[in-house]
Amino acid sequence: MAQPQATFQEGRLQLSGCWRRSALRPTPEEALQGVPLGQGATLPLQADGLEEWDTSLLIFLDTLQNLAQRRGVTLDLSALPEGLQTLRKLQEQGRKNPPQEAKATSPHSFLARWGTATLDTLRLFLDLLQFVGELLMALGRLLTGRGAMRREDLHRQLCACGPSALPIIALISFLMGLVLAFVGSIPLKWFQAQPYVASLVGIGMLRLMSPVMVGIVMAGRTSAAYAAELGTMKANEELDAFQTQGISLMDFLVMPRFLAMSLMLPLLCLFADVVSILGGMVVAILDLGLTAHAYWNTLVSTTRINDLVVGVVTCAILGVLDALCGCYQGMRCGRNAAAVGRATTSAVVYSIVCIVIATSLITVITVVLKY
Amino acid sequence: MSSSPPIDVRHLTMAYGSRVIMEDLTFQVERGEVFLLIGPSGCGKSTLLRHLIGLLPPASGSLRLLGEDFWEMGEEEQGSFLARIGVLFQSGALWSSMTLEENLSLPLQLHTDLSPQEIHQICQCKLELVGLAGFQDYYPAQLSGGMQKRAGLARAMVLDPEILFFDEPSAGLDPVSARNLDRLIRQLRDSLGTTVVMVTHDLDSIFAVGTQAIYLDPRSRSILGRGTPQELRDNPPAPEIRDFLTGGNAEGPLCS
Repeated sequence: MAQPQATFQEGRLQLSGCWRRSALRPTPEEALQGVPLGQGATLPLQADGLEEWDTSLLIFLDTLQNLAQRRGVTLDLSALPEGLQTLRKLQEQGRKNPPQEAKATSPHSFLARWGTATLDTLRLFLDLLQFVGELLMALGRLLTGRGAMRREDLHRQLCACGPSALPIIALISFLMGLVLAFVGSIPLKWFQAQPYVASLVGIGMLRLMSPVMVGIVMAGRTSAAYAAELGTMKANEELDAFQTQGISLMDFLVMPRFLAMSLMLPLLCLFADVVSILGGMVVAILDLGLTAHAYWNTLVSTTRINDLVVGVVTCAILGVLDALCGCYQGMRCGRNAAAVGRATTSAVVYSIVCIVIATSLITVITVVLKY
Repeated sequence: MSSSPPIDVRHLTMAYGSRVIMEDLTFQVERGEVFLLIGPSGCGKSTLLRHLIGLLPPASGSLRLLGEDFWEMGEEEQGSFLARIGVLFQSGALWSSMTLEENLSLPLQLHTDLSPQEIHQICQCKLELVGLAGFQDYYPAQLSGGMQKRAGLARAMVLDPEILFFDEPSAGLDPVSARNLDRLIRQLRDSLGTTVVMVTHDLDSIFAVGTQAIYLDPRSRSILGRGTPQELRDNPPAPEIRDFLTGGNAEGPLCS
């Protein structure tokens, strides 16, 4: 294959060779170097020796023309191959239809950015409020027997966020009970109060740790799944299809997920309580030399039923928050892959933030009320 | 440039597991042709296309592109080989997290050692060719369906491939945009001499751009007819082909 060349001969610029992107091509500056033309002259181009070419030639001609124009030379391209002319015409047309509106760029000033961020947050809050309102209305419809939720949907969602989450909840609760007992036993040994490790595990896990751990695991496991599933359905126009069938998205999609999570989390919390107490018992027996009987007695005599109730109620509230974050992010997702990714991330982040804030509030309130 | 045809398929059998889609396909595509794969829905056109672009391995038979067997190459050779073909997917398949310019420049960055300046020039040039000048900073989601298709076309040809594959380029476009796209494809083929392989249902495009066609028949799982679209319409080797190419009122269920 011949090298691409641009040579000035007999008042014409001859293009020759195989003009491909991969070849070493002359730059427009080099091509115009030997051209002794001044202002107002016309430079005809010829391409008799041109073998093959791709769009790199098109770019070359474009830059050449700009360069020549700056030197006051006009290029005469009429002798170039027909295909090249067609493409140049196409390119010419393409330039005539720039986007009608200028692309909105994000403001750079500090104040403007904070302003937009504040407004966005406010809008998000209002939108969330609307979502909760719609959800409550759907709940009302469901309770008065006018909801469109199907029993099999609820059943599927209950299975997905209940039984199938048991293994991971068991593992995490067992280890949490174990670790809490281990760490707790250090100060307890100073006071010869080893039997109270049962109270530590009991109150700590029942009241606080179980609900928080269950809430966080379910945020990562199920809220993320809700956001991703609903978001992808939205991107595929499946949500639109439901709407055009006159099916309420709240009733049909959000409600089973919301109910499943709100109902299942308290149960998972109870399960986590039992498993974590067993975890603590392992440490009590193996490390502290207590008997299972003694551990159980201390647990029963020091842990009140209130601790259990507070924990389960907390976990139910966290379930509501998890489900809300997951479903909200999924339903408000954009229509492309990147948006689904963002929605899933936000679902988990929002859930966890909500969990931490809610548990803190509940803990402070219950302690102040001495409940 | 090798003298062997750009696409040379011999005794190709396509199958998903034990389910055979097409058996014993043999055809060649010559350089500069606009080669159409036509046939009823679900007959295996898209599957054949996925074989041709190296997404699916053949169950048996050989498939040579540009004189080379894709499945006998090493991984690195496969990569540089794929830079010689371009694909326009049905819905554009632009990468949604990247702007148009990033969509177009990624193949250039991966497969060439051009400077950022040159890459920018090439992207600009391609966007101008498909009529999207000035849209380089837009994300795919901000464009209409037709614009996404054209941007997909720009990306498919950003490396100036020797073969361009199209999966239903006019699907989902209004007639005017579809004709414009046909014309664009034709102009690009005529001027750059690219070989084009196209899966299409659109009768207007079949006759407007096709130079050769094969009709795939799901019942016999083979090629039922081949020739130029006009030949196939005027002297159909089988009644199905006439019905297909005339959009005729064939009796029968909606989907056979």
